[in-house]
Amino acid sequence: MAKILMKGNEAIAQAAVSAGCEAFFGYPITPQNELIEYMAKYLAKNNGVFVQAESELAAINMVYGAAGAGARVMTSSSSPGIALKQEGISYCAGAELPVVIVSVSRGGPGLGGILPSQADYNQATRGGGNGDYKVMVLAPNGVQEATELVRKAFELAEKYRNPVMVMADGIIGQMMEPVEINPEPLPPVDRPWAAEGQRGRAQRNVVNSMNLDAYKLEQHNRDLQAKYERMEREDVMYETVQTDDADVLLVAYGTPSRIVKSAIATLREQGIKAGLFRPKTLLPFPSKQLKAAAQGKQFVLVAELSLGQMLVDVKLAIEGTVPVHFYGRTGGVIFEPSEIVDAVKSHRKGD
Amino acid sequence: MSALKIVCAGFGGQGVLSMGQLVAMMAMKKGYQVSWMPSYGPEMRGGTANCHVVIDKDPIASPIITDGIDVLLAMNQPSLTKFLPHMNPKGTLIANASMVKTDAVPKGITINSVDFTAIAQEVGNLKVQNMAALGTVVAKLPIFEENDGLAIIEEKFGAKAPDLNALNKAAFTKAYHQ
Repeated sequence: MAKILMKGNEAIAQAAVSAGCEAFFGYPITPQNELIEYMAKYLAKNNGVFVQAESELAAINMVYGAAGAGARVMTSSSSPGIALKQEGISYCAGAELPVVIVSVSRGGPGLGGILPSQADYNQATRGGGNGDYKVMVLAPNGVQEATELVRKAFELAEKYRNPVMVMADGIIGQMMEPVEINPEPLPPVDRPWAAEGQRGRAQRNVVNSMNLDAYKLEQHNRDLQAKYERMEREDVMYETVQTDDADVLLVAYGTPSRIVKSAIATLREQGIKAGLFRPKTLLPFPSKQLKAAAQGKQFVLVAELSLGQMLVDVKLAIEGTVPVHFYGRTGGVIFEPSEIVDAVKSHRKGD
Repeated sequence: MSALKIVCAGFGGQGVLSMGQLVAMMAMKKGYQVSWMPSYGPEMRGGTANCHVVIDKDPIASPIITDGIDVLLAMNQPSLTKFLPHMNPKGTLIANASMVKTDAVPKGITINSVDFTAIAQEVGNLKVQNMAALGTVVAKLPIFEENDGLAIIEEKFGAKAPDLNALNKAAFTKAYHQ
């Protein structure tokens, strides 16, 4: 199949529909509006359900309802909108519902701006909902990978019965790149827990996150933790580029990692051996793999479109074995490869 | 080849975003890596709408062009004012002659001043001035040939607006041979 030129937001939506997404609930916000627009246009035609909800809160609770009834379901938003969905995300995690959330992040805090940013790393990986819950977070580096990871997100959500977030940024949302979307729907998954009618069962299924028995709730939390540990064992994703012979290890994710790759090429032309470690899963974070990749390096430099959020996870992973430095731009400003080159040089001994 | 960085800019309504898309599509069909990124920030009335198109043999690092614009298409004066300081000093400027004064452009930059507005009016519809601009872009970029432009216009607009499409092609051809 020939590649077609598609805007990230539309490509993500098409990939979700192709993967078998049956229902979408959302509320408009820049820079992810084309995603909702695409869903409005095409989901109903593909026998799906589309609702433009009255608010982000309503949308995430509709997602809860549809997932509870056994549908393959998704919502999307951008930074302030994702903030509004946090309560619902915690409820989905508590009720162990497979849902996919796409976050096309922009500059903050507050209403912030509408240009691309990665200042929602903490929002995605720590979350703002209550309780000991975790959401899997996947971070694509371009339009093609965004379509692959949104498909993967449905698979993982169903494997773990857990919310999975695809964290894109305004660049992925708005840019067009050549893309080839997998047209095969994912196989249907058994959902014996779904509230879809009694269907001959002795008892009705109930989808709920409330449990007033302390011992039972503690056990539920232990089960959830076991699931999160399994994610770390089985589904960590990352990419390494020229890390083996490198003296300096750069860590970046999402589209900025491509800018860092280009900086690495320049650095190598100048005789400085740099390599890239790119987490594709922000949660579970590839901590062990990163620590191993960083061993023996002069230093690690984390580059983000924020003022230092993934930085904390990098430091936790490396456990002080190698010095960790940081370079970031924020508010919608995108760094240039030359800025990364300069940042690396500024930390080199003797330069 | 290092990345070829193209910025297409003009008033909203001059069709620079879709023109840039056609450039990206043509390059994609020739086997290049491409990206197209629109300006989606708040723009002043009377200011510029613009898109960044990057063409490369290798995977594209950043779809956002901040400096080193190799080819600038300026459909109006504010576009030139905004992007001239960010041009490659040996770059190519393609200017809409009736709306853009190029006196202040430093030596070293190749200026192609073509009256796209007039070509569109001659052809009979002001809407097709972006296709005239595409004609000059295709003429000035060695990676493209005339037929690439005509084929992409047919593919993109042939079914959608058959009436307008003859005018699209006429404007393209006129500018291409100027």
